[in-house]
Amino acid sequence: MNQGLRAEKRPCTMIDKRVASLSDAVAGIADGSTICLGGFGDSGSPLALIDALIQQGARDLIVVSNNAGSGRGSGIAALLETGRVTKIVCSFPRSEGSVVFEELYAAGKIELELVPQGTLSERMRAGAAGLAGFYTPTGAGTLLAKGKEEREFEGRTYVLERPITADVALIAAHHADRWGNLVYHSAARNFGPVMAPCAKLTVVQVAQIVELGSIDPEVVVTPGIFVDRVVQVAR
Amino acid sequence: MSYTPLTRDELAWRVAQDMPDGAYVNLGIGLPTRVAQFVPNDREVVYHSENGLLGVGPPPLPGHEDPELVNAGKQMVTLLPGASIFDHPLSFMMIRGGHIDIALLGAYQVAANGDLANWATDREKAAPAVGGAMDLAAGAKRVWVLMEHTNKDGSPRLLERCTYPLTAPAVVNRIYTNLAVIDIDNGFIVREIVEGCSLAELTALTGAPLRRAPDCGVLPRPATTAR
Repeated sequence: MNQGLRAEKRPCTMIDKRVASLSDAVAGIADGSTICLGGFGDSGSPLALIDALIQQGARDLIVVSNNAGSGRGSGIAALLETGRVTKIVCSFPRSEGSVVFEELYAAGKIELELVPQGTLSERMRAGAAGLAGFYTPTGAGTLLAKGKEEREFEGRTYVLERPITADVALIAAHHADRWGNLVYHSAARNFGPVMAPCAKLTVVQVAQIVELGSIDPEVVVTPGIFVDRVVQVAR
Repeated sequence: MSYTPLTRDELAWRVAQDMPDGAYVNLGIGLPTRVAQFVPNDREVVYHSENGLLGVGPPPLPGHEDPELVNAGKQMVTLLPGASIFDHPLSFMMIRGGHIDIALLGAYQVAANGDLANWATDREKAAPAVGGAMDLAAGAKRVWVLMEHTNKDGSPRLLERCTYPLTAPAVVNRIYTNLAVIDIDNGFIVREIVEGCSLAELTALTGAPLRRAPDCGVLPRPATTAR
């Protein structure tokens, strides 16, 4: 009886990635960090974590994200508006209403590294998998291959692309357990499963935290090994 | 002129008629996303959306929208029975690994050798954007382009050589415009022209020579949306 009680009171041996607040979720993110931001447009964008990052105040950031935000006052657009992002690595920054990015770009206040979408995703996958790079035909013979090694294999030209790794990934999922196992909602899955393993610190906002064991192992999309912090936010 | 160009929906309908039964077809941003609503009833075609969907259906009915279930153009869509959802690496493995039968893409310009330009113009100030265009152009088994035949000022967009930066060299197999269906095989080969438009008139709107296919016919329109 006594021993059982003691066993239950050993929190140091429990894996618990839940954090109580959004400020705890983004605590310690350093100036100069490279940060992956999940989402395809607003679908799957970790809006609450981006707000928390703005409050937290880290600066001189490099952002890796498919898009560069739209409108003003929320999400990536709001983060760019603070002037704390020096560079964005991005496939499609010119979405409808991406006014903040376009102003900064025209004024020369933000650097853009334009990457084909599949190459962006694969560079993160390569980073997550510990590869030094890969050759792809995507972009061969175009402006986006400029300055990169091009090499012929079986008569076709390929471009050498190097991996992306990040200090931090901020992503959104639908629900998680305390081990950080993740299940996404619909097309909001997009970049979450590849950004989670390519960052040193992966922070996830979820609509719901469920009991450990209640997610069928067959349907876990991102295993908790790739997740460091989980915070529940209202949808 | 004595002919009527196709509307955007008529063009999308025309392309849908050519979807092979059982094909996996990626729908690019713009005109191509309209094709999904015109699949003929007698066949199954699986539409792929680069953000991670197979089995894309028509737009949702009012009250059934899910703001996170979107297509490449970030418009809300539905999923058909048999659909699947996956992440970006898997989605682009399908695209880059040659698993997509046909990529339907929009374009600014297409050249007679199949060069495609659909990601950047020559406006220097504007930030460039590329999305999945280069992956699709390089990776799909076939690339079919949907586009207006000319610019708004009447200048040609089907050219001897593209003047805008290339998305990929020599990849386009077929072009559907609002005036014609054109294959690319050592130059432009006209397969269909809208009723009342002569090859000479079409040539005047095109920046490279046109050859008439032996079986060249009239570009059909849908019965229901025809004017």
